[in-house]
Amino acid sequence: MNIFAITGSVTLDALRETGRMAVFAGRGAIASILGPFYWRAFFSSLIRIGFTSLPVVGLTAVFTGAALALNIYDGSLRFNAETFLPQILGVSIVRELGPVLAALMVAGRCSSAMAAEIGTMRVTEQIDAMSTLAVDPFKYLIAPRIIATTLALPILVLIADIIGVYGGYLVAVYGLDFSGPVFIRNISEFLQNRDVVSGLFKAGVFGFLIAVMGCYYGYRSRGGAQGVGAATRTAVVAAAVSILASNYIMTSFLVEF
Amino acid sequence: MSETSHTIAVRGLHKGFENNQVLRGVDIDVDKGRSLVIIGGSGSGKSVLLKCIIGLMRADRGTVEVDGRDIARHTDSDRRYMTQRTGMLFQGSALFDSLKVWENIAFRLLNADRKSRKEARDKAIDCLAQVGLSPEIGDLHPAALSGGMQKRVSLARAIASDPEILFFDEPTTGLDPIMSDVINNLIVERVKALGASAISITHDMASARKIADEVAMLYQGRIIWRGKPEDLERSGNPMVDQFVHGRAEGPIKMALRRS
Repeated sequence: MNIFAITGSVTLDALRETGRMAVFAGRGAIASILGPFYWRAFFSSLIRIGFTSLPVVGLTAVFTGAALALNIYDGSLRFNAETFLPQILGVSIVRELGPVLAALMVAGRCSSAMAAEIGTMRVTEQIDAMSTLAVDPFKYLIAPRIIATTLALPILVLIADIIGVYGGYLVAVYGLDFSGPVFIRNISEFLQNRDVVSGLFKAGVFGFLIAVMGCYYGYRSRGGAQGVGAATRTAVVAAAVSILASNYIMTSFLVEF
Repeated sequence: MSETSHTIAVRGLHKGFENNQVLRGVDIDVDKGRSLVIIGGSGSGKSVLLKCIIGLMRADRGTVEVDGRDIARHTDSDRRYMTQRTGMLFQGSALFDSLKVWENIAFRLLNADRKSRKEARDKAIDCLAQVGLSPEIGDLHPAALSGGMQKRVSLARAIASDPEILFFDEPTTGLDPIMSDVINNLIVERVKALGASAISITHDMASARKIADEVAMLYQGRIIWRGKPEDLERSGNPMVDQFVHGRAEGPIKMALRRS
């Protein structure tokens, strides 16, 4: 097989996969809007995705905020701008690091869990059984996860923002001799609503992508344990890549406003 | 033209996957209150046929008429029409492992019919009794049950909405002979009690003899013989004869890798 045939085949496969994923995401979004809604499945997903992710998101945020404070201080000291540490820290966390790191942590925890759970249901015919019981698997399995993750991510990111800034505060006040009240005042005066809102908007999109990737690869898994394992692995990678790529695209639009 | 005298009428059903043509024009029908068992070797297309009939898979060609309505186009309305009338017992039971046993049995009542939890639970406990299980089993999760008990729960789930048509996919696979007979007896009893039509697929001949009013054999994507269970021994068809007696030698050649 020549190089052109291989390139063509790979490109066509990638386009096919992207098309299938887009159709799946569209079906999931429509099922999320139209209902019927399965509230028990939704609240169960919300607890598993949102509440149980709090410790890992909080730990990530506090250590990232602390390390960021040290780096900003060290870098800005070179041109005597260390007093801007609170402002730079606040913007970095609220606009970029909070949403992206929280989303990556949730992707690692939840998209893999969704792919494994739905994939196992697929290979053990539980999804077929659901269809024969007059319940649409898209509405019972996919929609509650999409809604729960899309709603949970902004809340998690808001908490991550607060904890991340607190991590930076601890380092700045107790390690770098900054004044606590001044640190807080500088951040609150400098940050604008759009900084926070843009971060939360991104978080909602990341939540949607995490759920779609986890559900898509789980729903399409075939061939027993090996198929479910492959689906789990692919779901995490696809969720992480889609978070980072969409982050760049959204940031490039959001900085315009 | 619709064949209203049959509950299910399958005509010229074709289904293939890439280079593998699994069904090559299946014609079969089941009358009201009758139980048809389709036998055939592994890979003969039994499961694909069943999935095409119940609407889990779209056929390439052919018709599947249920009470005179062709549902082979596989539209949402066709699927709704089919699922409202049917119940199915899956080969591996396919119980939802995150739900309790009673929630499994009442799944359709809770999530499709939107019955209250009390009403659905009462019906589930009643169905458990019909398959010989005590009410306490209802509060366990499927993982706590043996294979035989899971099959019974799956049967209870299939009959919970009093379906007009029941499908059984390898109902006795993986069970010991005594438990297989218990499941067979339950199937016969429940199908008769509901007055339902039934299609089962199996390669367990004891099961086929017990639950069938009629037996059909699927080979190379076509029905090659159909008759009463008592005629299996004198079918006059060498392929049926080989399959029924489980002989390696005969016209049916299994795909074996030779060194």
